[in-house]
Amino acid sequence: MTSAEPAEKLLSPVLSASWDDRRPWTLDTYRRHGGYDGLRTALTMAPDDVIALVKESGLRGRGGAGFPTGLKWQFIPQNDGKPHYLVVNADESEPGTCKDIPLLFANPHSLIEGMAIASWAIRCNHAFIYLRGEVVPVLRRLQAAVAEAYAAGFLGKDALGEGNDLDITVHAGAGAYICGEETALLDSLEGRRGQPRLRPPFPAVAGLYACPTVVNNVESIASVPPILARGKDWFKSLGTEKSPGFTLYSLSGHVTNPGQYEAPLGITLRQLLDITGGIRAGHRLKFWTPGGSSTPMFTDEHLDVPLDYEGVGAAGSMLGTKALQVFDETTCVVRAVTRWTEFYAHESCGKCTPCREGTYWLVQLLKRIEAGQGVPGDLEKLLDIADNINGKSFCALGDGAASPIVSSLQHFRAEYEQHINEHRCPFDPAASTVWADRASVHESATEREVHA
Amino acid sequence: MSSTELGLPALPAKPYPPDVERRLAADAAELIARYPHSRSALLPLLHLVQAEEGFVSATGIRFCAEQLDLTTAEVTAVATFYTMYRRRPAGEYHVGVCTNTLCAVLGGDQIFDELKQHLEIENNRTTEDGAVSIERIECNAACDYAPVVMVNWEFFDNQTPESARELVDRLRAGEEVRPTRGAKLCSFKETSRILAGFADEREGAVDESGAGGAPSLAGLRLAKGEALPGTPGAKVVSPRQEGTEA
Repeated sequence: MTSAEPAEKLLSPVLSASWDDRRPWTLDTYRRHGGYDGLRTALTMAPDDVIALVKESGLRGRGGAGFPTGLKWQFIPQNDGKPHYLVVNADESEPGTCKDIPLLFANPHSLIEGMAIASWAIRCNHAFIYLRGEVVPVLRRLQAAVAEAYAAGFLGKDALGEGNDLDITVHAGAGAYICGEETALLDSLEGRRGQPRLRPPFPAVAGLYACPTVVNNVESIASVPPILARGKDWFKSLGTEKSPGFTLYSLSGHVTNPGQYEAPLGITLRQLLDITGGIRAGHRLKFWTPGGSSTPMFTDEHLDVPLDYEGVGAAGSMLGTKALQVFDETTCVVRAVTRWTEFYAHESCGKCTPCREGTYWLVQLLKRIEAGQGVPGDLEKLLDIADNINGKSFCALGDGAASPIVSSLQHFRAEYEQHINEHRCPFDPAASTVWADRASVHESATEREVHA
Repeated sequence: MSSTELGLPALPAKPYPPDVERRLAADAAELIARYPHSRSALLPLLHLVQAEEGFVSATGIRFCAEQLDLTTAEVTAVATFYTMYRRRPAGEYHVGVCTNTLCAVLGGDQIFDELKQHLEIENNRTTEDGAVSIERIECNAACDYAPVVMVNWEFFDNQTPESARELVDRLRAGEEVRPTRGAKLCSFKETSRILAGFADEREGAVDESGAGGAPSLAGLRLAKGEALPGTPGAKVVSPRQEGTEA
């Protein structure tokens, strides 16, 4: 099924549409592209109608789990006399995931407008952006954009109508992957160690300061203004029936042109590779992740899997964050999985024993195998430990840690065995680097322009 | 960190000198006012004391505790949880090399090894002149620009061992260095102040380096009928200069 479709038909820039315009991060440029029209529409509607519209549009969370956004908003109890809070999860840290950071760098106002709409809908007067700390260029632009929105009256006193204020606080994290988990994020925002909470109660009932709270991903919230401005039918005309709309696919790794490709949900990796120049010249696909390192890996057998929530799920993985990390045949899968596992061990918050201890032991075993010192039985032990972590901790970090191990052993068991039997790693890391083929390969867009 | 010292318990930390204390307390009050509950300002306050001293000292912890009516133990528990808070002084320019899987495979491992040799320091250590410290960092959400190096948490995209060595040499020589995405580098302490929540007041800092490099714009260009490098296409990419527009 090679795609004969031209790129123009496969792609649908909405969030990224203004990125090549002049200073797209400013309020002026954003408004020239229809920015804040969606908010104006929302404010003429009853809050419950806004929730209903977003629910009927079928928008699902873009941060990994794919939970319907409108439904999340609907769970907020009304007339309960408590403050309601909106917290945007901008802690993008899942390995391979790189969509929210370029989005916020190029167009922070799309998030702020979406937050204003969501705040109106859930009756919130104080919203927060929890941005990971390690991205100062994005922080700078968010701070500036929020200040611009205050000056223009989109935020601040009476922003949502007479007597209905809206404040947004930009909050920089301090380096902890676990804070991307929504309840850990809330603990962190309360000034504590970022450790997940037991649920229930869910944040919709007892979230920030034990008050009803919606936690949404950046891209989910940024997708709301176009729905208000252009209607739910337009939104549903894109994507598939159960996964409507557009989304950012982030292509990275051993490809000719890594980057952000915004398309209707349901595009396949084969189609994306066809229009973007494919795997780097002279190489072939070995394995890839559909949505970050926590989603079970795929191989070239999965090139035609529709990249929507159902399609990827049916093929045994998860759409996750649509972080398509692509690795070619020069890559040692044991090395890749070892490094991801070291990441999970490093980032485990330590609250749950299976995850804290299990990830540590996984790293010991994997390092030994990678170094050619594995012994028979190690692979069974890996699977046993992974099984003892998966589903046995408070949050999904443990499940994520088990994912690459189980899936890589399913697809590449022979390669693990080769490490053990030959007492060495059969791969040359130098062959995987971007400069390995530099003399012979067409200069990529990346090098040519970023280093211009 | 294996810097645990056995022996007598440490004495209570000294406070900041009165003038520093007054200045920081005013900043702290501004940060605390942004939250419905004061304790939410703890992460910003820890960035703030790091902006003062370059790391989170016992004095800094005492300061945070006093502002928020917490114990120093409570503040220490939080400060030690997050990797961006340093426990000891480090370089004016903190260089992080991404060695998570994708960047590592694409060359981050080699970049880090060569930097270590070049600077003759280990992971999480600082050069003798105090200019540069290096750290292996986790995924920094820039995989389409791999391999990635961060300096004071600004992006240096698409690095090679050569470009990274040249980068640290220039930092040590005190030359002006600009990231591929982000503003002209400031010191680690100044960066920490932005992280605490105070805007970068340098003229034009927000506008530096455009909307992103070629990977950020790749999909948009393709959708507009332009061809990407290395792909067959009817139209040729118009040469544009990202990062020059302000």
